[in-house]
Amino acid sequence: MFGAGGGTSSYAEVEQADVVLLWGSNAREAHPIFFHHVLKGLRNGARMYAIDPRRTSSAKFADRWLGLSVGTDIALANAMGREIIRAGLHDPDFIARSTQGFEAYAAHVESYTLDWAAVETGVPAEAIREMAHAYATASKAQILWTLGITEHHNAVDNVVSLCNLALLTGHVGRWGSGLCPLRGQNNVQGGGDMGAIPNKFPGFQDVEDGAVRAKFEAAWGVELNGVPGKHLTLMFEAMEAGELRACYVIGENPADSEANIGHARKLLAGLDILVVQDIFMTRTAEMADVVLPASVAWAESEGTVTSSERRVQRVRPAVPPPGQARHDIDIIGDLARRLGVDWGEPGPEELWDEMRSLSPMHTGMSWERLEASGGIQWPCPSADHPGTEFLHGWLWADDLGGRDPAPFSIVHHAGPPEQLTDEFPLRLTTGRALDSYNTGVQSGGYASPIRYGDAIDVNPADAAELGIADGERVLVSSPRGSVAMDVRLQPDIPAGLTFTTFHFPELVDANILTNDDWDPRSGTSEFKAAAIRISKLEPEHAPA
Amino acid sequence: MTETTITETAVTLTIDGRPVEVAEGSTIHAACVEAGIETPTLCWAENLTPVNVCRVCVVELEGSRALVPSCSRPATEGMVVQTDTPRVRHSRRMVLEFLGSGVDLSQADDLQRWMKAYGADPDRYGDEDHPVERVEEPVKVQDELYIRDYSKCVLCYKCVEACGDDAQHTFAIAVAGRGFDARISTEFDVALPDSACVYCGNCVGVCPTGALQFKTEYDLREVGEWRPEDQTVTRTVCSYCGVGCNLDLHVQDERIVKVTSPSDHSVTSGHLCIKGRFGWQYVHGE
Repeated sequence: MFGAGGGTSSYAEVEQADVVLLWGSNAREAHPIFFHHVLKGLRNGARMYAIDPRRTSSAKFADRWLGLSVGTDIALANAMGREIIRAGLHDPDFIARSTQGFEAYAAHVESYTLDWAAVETGVPAEAIREMAHAYATASKAQILWTLGITEHHNAVDNVVSLCNLALLTGHVGRWGSGLCPLRGQNNVQGGGDMGAIPNKFPGFQDVEDGAVRAKFEAAWGVELNGVPGKHLTLMFEAMEAGELRACYVIGENPADSEANIGHARKLLAGLDILVVQDIFMTRTAEMADVVLPASVAWAESEGTVTSSERRVQRVRPAVPPPGQARHDIDIIGDLARRLGVDWGEPGPEELWDEMRSLSPMHTGMSWERLEASGGIQWPCPSADHPGTEFLHGWLWADDLGGRDPAPFSIVHHAGPPEQLTDEFPLRLTTGRALDSYNTGVQSGGYASPIRYGDAIDVNPADAAELGIADGERVLVSSPRGSVAMDVRLQPDIPAGLTFTTFHFPELVDANILTNDDWDPRSGTSEFKAAAIRISKLEPEHAPA
Repeated sequence: MTETTITETAVTLTIDGRPVEVAEGSTIHAACVEAGIETPTLCWAENLTPVNVCRVCVVELEGSRALVPSCSRPATEGMVVQTDTPRVRHSRRMVLEFLGSGVDLSQADDLQRWMKAYGADPDRYGDEDHPVERVEEPVKVQDELYIRDYSKCVLCYKCVEACGDDAQHTFAIAVAGRGFDARISTEFDVALPDSACVYCGNCVGVCPTGALQFKTEYDLREVGEWRPEDQTVTRTVCSYCGVGCNLDLHVQDERIVKVTSPSDHSVTSGHLCIKGRFGWQYVHGE
């Protein structure tokens, strides 16, 4: 199926691409070693367009930076689509054979003129046109994105607006061309692969599909619930409604990482029971009724992780876990026993073998093969299958092998729900810095010489207007609350936009500011678009 | 859509009297590896472009007046190469002696091995009255991640390549000064934290002499507790972003003391970022 959760290409392909669209991704800092592959591509002659409200360190390597306004990605993508069609640069044969819904898409994007998009996105019409033509006429082109696309109220719409461009031009399903979301955590891909998604079993098999359910029920000897569960954001809504009263949190720190964090903490504190399984005493763990100390997954335990190119790789214990810390598998097994189910004491390989007997895309990945190779890319359906370098090759077959053609999607531009107002006139967007990671519980452990803390980046012109100086401590307020932050003057951020990382919640509670809007389909919160105000601190709070 | 098939053309050359077949474009060095002939290298690494400065890999090529560097000279059809003639041995020995006479190679394990194999005696260039001038510089310890000890630097340029367009594209270091005063340096010789360095440690990863060293290793060496023979190396995957970089965890006394990456892995080619290279302390609860 077109749209199954994984990057379509391998890293090696970006090295040979002719055009790279780096869209809403600061890979130079957030995915530095992937960016090495991009750099090889650039040295091999690729042309890169960086689409990002900020002129990031990644954008500085681009041939062209398109500094769009926050949340106008669909306006830009649809305008590209219209331009490609009007210039006759789309691939009619591919569209006719392998896609559906082109006519409706073409009619829909007709109103997204270059001039309209230029006004809406802030990107010059000529730049949009150039990027559209470069992408459409490239022989191999990649669209790479990260949370600049997905941390929005309309995350899924944003993603499919990019998929439309690949379907329009045939830049998917063949070596060198593809669509790649870069994964932010070392096993967020693997978590999804293993069924840690509310409506999927391992291998992206649908819980609502009776035949799939029957297969798992037969293997596990239990009746399974066919109703999709709740994703994280819905869980918090259920807490608010009083429907969700108990939470078992494994390796996550929602008491620091959620948007509108003050509200999230109140809900966590109001639970009947909160159990946290973690390697750290995180803020969430501090709130817990029970804390289960776990071993470090990648250095103290055996297992697998899956990367952004769908590569399943082994992790191995190098040091013993401290104190009472135990492997997650053992903790969960013990918990099951206390709840009255004895699963025995399966090891990681045994569990892996059971999983691959039920997940066709993993079936061929034996522990031995993973050990002997540098990892295997799914799907790998049989022991003699080499793994899959790129997905959706079937789109280029003469017949589609009984599959449905890949659908174009009709998506409408809808800017950030939180409008800028006289009271909150600046846009705040959040992201990562090179040396730090998420809420800092891991990256806080080493002494980085390049760490500057969670300052708020402000364009010098805005700072001059506000009468604030570099390094000055100011009060940053959104409709949800206020935090004191240090100003960092940053000429690479456009006037009207501000930026902060969120790596030091103990010092700066940046997620006090972020907003409640979220995408109904992915459950992702809109970390990228809050409205804020910056004010000078009262003299007694100001630095001496 | 048809796949483009690239057919590799093979070339055959003769090395030490034996025919060796390699793909067109391979170097003489690669052909030596193919033939199982060990060739000393210093400025060459499999994940870097040859910089051609050290001359320890030279071989004799029939028809060539000068010895040629095997690490960068492409193998061509019909070449006749000798790797172990007196002329080659003499040249390699002298290069190793020159290197060893000017800097401290005590931690350059590979070079030590080659010096022994070629009978190199760096001390023969001076005597008590006319001592050989050596690079003597205080160790630069400017942060907690890695140190620079230029009295161990042989100017192989690998660090410059790794920091530059062979991998990292940060260009924080280059060669400053001329002749005996040539040093690898940050811009205007500023301290590392004030330079363009982003602390990926990829320079440290390719340094063959210990001139660039992880602070963890340096500290253990300082107290005489660096014991490679007691270390284990475990391959795993980095815990940070979703790129899937392979890490080799070097462990001594149940503690991680160094992190490297395999240079032959498709994801990293041996290179890491600051988080993967240095961000492991939390494992030990610090």
